[in-house]
Amino acid sequence: MSTPTKGTGTKWVGRAIRRLEDPALVSGQGRFTADLLAAHWVRFVRSSVPAGKIVKINAPEGAMVITAADLKGVKPITPMLHKFNYKPVGQPLLADGVVRFVGEPMAVVAAASAAQAEDLAEQVDATIEDVAPVIDARAALASSAPLVHAQAPGNVIVEGNIKTPGFDAAWAGAHKIVKLEVRSRRQNATPMEARAGHASYDGATGRVILTCATQMPHLTRTAIADVLGFPEADLRVIAPDVGGGFGQKMSLAPEYVVLVWLARKLKSSVAWTEDRRENLIAGYHSRDQYVTLEGAFDKNAKLIALEADVVANIGAYSCFPTTCGVEPLMAMAEMPGPYDVQHYECRARGVITNTCPMAPYRGVSRPVITFTLERLMDKAAAVLGIDPVEIRRRNLIEKFPYTSAAGLVFDDASYKQTLEMAVKAIDVPAFRARQKKARTQGRYLGIGFATFSERTGYGSPAFAARGAEIVPGWETVILSVDPSGFVEARIGSSPHGQGLRTTLAQIIADEIGVTPDVIKVVHGDTDRGPYGWGTFASRSLVISGGATLIAAQKVRAKLIKIASHMLEAAPEDIVLADGAAKVAGTDRSVTIASMARMAYTQTYRFKGEIEPGLTEQGTYDPPGTFSNACHVAIVEVDAETGRATIEKFLVAEDAGRIINPMIAEGQVHGGIAQGIGNALLEEIIYDSDGGILTANLADYMPPTAHEIPPIELLHRETPSVNSITKAKGLGEGGTIGAPAAIINAINDALTPFDVQIDEIPATPQRIRAALRTKEKAARKTA
Amino acid sequence: MSAKSDITLTINGRAHAIHVEPRRTLADAIREDCGQTGTHIGCEHGICGACTVIVDGEPVRSCLMFAVQAAGKKIRTVEGLANGDTLHPMQQAFMDHHGLQCGFCTPGFLMLAVGVLECEPDISDDGLLDVLSSNLCRCTGYQNIIKAVRAAAKAMRKK
Repeated sequence: MSTPTKGTGTKWVGRAIRRLEDPALVSGQGRFTADLLAAHWVRFVRSSVPAGKIVKINAPEGAMVITAADLKGVKPITPMLHKFNYKPVGQPLLADGVVRFVGEPMAVVAAASAAQAEDLAEQVDATIEDVAPVIDARAALASSAPLVHAQAPGNVIVEGNIKTPGFDAAWAGAHKIVKLEVRSRRQNATPMEARAGHASYDGATGRVILTCATQMPHLTRTAIADVLGFPEADLRVIAPDVGGGFGQKMSLAPEYVVLVWLARKLKSSVAWTEDRRENLIAGYHSRDQYVTLEGAFDKNAKLIALEADVVANIGAYSCFPTTCGVEPLMAMAEMPGPYDVQHYECRARGVITNTCPMAPYRGVSRPVITFTLERLMDKAAAVLGIDPVEIRRRNLIEKFPYTSAAGLVFDDASYKQTLEMAVKAIDVPAFRARQKKARTQGRYLGIGFATFSERTGYGSPAFAARGAEIVPGWETVILSVDPSGFVEARIGSSPHGQGLRTTLAQIIADEIGVTPDVIKVVHGDTDRGPYGWGTFASRSLVISGGATLIAAQKVRAKLIKIASHMLEAAPEDIVLADGAAKVAGTDRSVTIASMARMAYTQTYRFKGEIEPGLTEQGTYDPPGTFSNACHVAIVEVDAETGRATIEKFLVAEDAGRIINPMIAEGQVHGGIAQGIGNALLEEIIYDSDGGILTANLADYMPPTAHEIPPIELLHRETPSVNSITKAKGLGEGGTIGAPAAIINAINDALTPFDVQIDEIPATPQRIRAALRTKEKAARKTA
Repeated sequence: MSAKSDITLTINGRAHAIHVEPRRTLADAIREDCGQTGTHIGCEHGICGACTVIVDGEPVRSCLMFAVQAAGKKIRTVEGLANGDTLHPMQQAFMDHHGLQCGFCTPGFLMLAVGVLECEPDISDDGLLDVLSSNLCRCTGYQNIIKAVRAAAKAMRKK
């Protein structure tokens, strides 16, 4: 590993330099929202029932308690999608006469300290007339199910349908049809910092500063100004250090809007720090899906048609800005995965229930559909009597650009090559020998593969295709060299752990010939940065990185122009390196600091040929690019306890050009750890009455260091033509592929028992339940 | 609620005279009453370990201890790890091995690892894995945290 040192002249892109973010974070100097003190602290009073009519809310005497009745003129949050039969439903900031999930905010209490606010909130007495809730998505589809919102008949809020021409004929001509039903249980992204907001009113300007743990500061500003009905200019949103998000902090928290409303009302500062229980019951959930998938294969095990039915439980409201269409529609668009299949039929529905709303979570549907599709491939391999690796070889796409049956265009990637790299590295024959021997000792080892694509860095056309009212996609970067020679990039993106300050600095350093450590990347402040969308969907390095490169190329061009003028040399003879411009082959040079000073204070020397100042802007809106990987898990399943232990995890991945290998590997590690949690441990459980049983981190279990095996990484770089830095995104791949590889491995391990595990998480209870069924059947036969 | 007490918390060698309710947790007192916000609160259930500090030489969850219980004890937090401008080997190792991403759990992991290694400098790799399993990190997948702590353990033994 190298450190930022001055004057090497070598390329910075591609090097594993230490992160510029780290010195503050390891010293306790990080600045998180909850570090701010406020005059007023708030506590939300939340519904304890999943469905009901609010009869009365009694406040303790003298307490400041705000309910929906106080929020006159405030609009509900109403995300919008203009396609897929989407039914817009509004979410009031505080429940307005009706509660629709356990944890829904009904009132907010403000007091002089957080402890006092909690004490008072406990004394708020809400009388709620219970009505029958509907919790499960399939139950919500029943004709007799209670309606959660009158606007959404049948509780279906969004429905996508696709059927390629010729599907029926292809289906009829199949050699074998393989069918699979899977269940993905509900999960919570669980960033280590729960949500937090702090709104502060400035009496001099009438503005509010909202500091909050968000992935999208600009859109938070736009949304809040819209809901509360005041000019965006009067709101400044700051995302300081944010302790992880994984999608959960992308969706607008109604609580933040309430804070801004309160700060304006009280003309003061108010703060809210979500506690872990609130986060687990009301901080957005994900991945609660039923998927039925059928594959039609020909005699050569080639997949000729795919039919899918997706039912996604989207909870009680639709999240802003993506809408709740994000899970079912992503599933529909990407179900065929990296396989060449010409015929495809899919119905994907988002179903409303009396549960916590769904929001995007790392991978968005793709962990579920990859798990489904990869289970189908393994099951088909068994039915057709070929090896799981071989069936993938025969079906992976290999000619690019490839247009999928769902209409997505895949750019250059290495699906087959990464599969072969992984197969070779894991040594399948040696594993099979070991597996065979272990079985004779009553030990059950299994191997599982997952090959998949990861759509990353997609711009506005991709979001527009979904019919979204809010169409994100592009990013802008403003790159300045100030009169002292200090380089600052102000970006619209909003990283929260991804190391973007470092990787963008590496990109800039190579263009303008300075070291990354002298470059400051500023983000997460709507007063400082250009309008931008934020960090989500594995987009920031591709899109904000592309915008950075464009801005840096412009600054480079201008520096060369100034140098050419100052050094009286031809522009093509100027070399930018080591913080200076040099005339190649001579000892003549001028520092960037001198050029910058001149660009502001001595512009008369340019005789009108060069514009004053040294600030350039770049905007980038790419079509999107696909990363790819093959994951391999080796597990051991204890047949007595049902516990699955991952012995080894291997990844062969390709995310195009790697800007910083250390950061890239960190993203893969972290993604896989979340995938392991999703596969084996993490589950939000509602009881049949709609109460939530997993409201702390002992019941909802993210993995610890013990559950994460050593991860072996193999890399390949297929540069993307759809990304001007040649980089592809890789934030979600780990989470997308891991559950599939692990569940396939568990099923391989359990082959002698002839059971199928098609549900995540595959907890010891579920594995034991499956084995018990077989044991009972065996006893009966005996 | 009950009457507040006057206590003194000694954090990183500095005395903080504070006035707190008996129910005030050490974590809240460190952050809000003493202004040392490097210690983070992740769950308040004693599970995630983000709030780990060292009290009289031992790592403790500051969300599970009352401030009044820590009066008169020697408290160390992440702000006190470095020696002037020289980072503690554990801080340096976390940077060198990419043992952090968002940085929220990091102070807790640093204090846990330093506290344990000061008590047991020769702890085995398995023992270390057990210890590190007591805190949660959602970003790194732990591989690099384990690498960092092992590297720091070596560096601390050399000192």
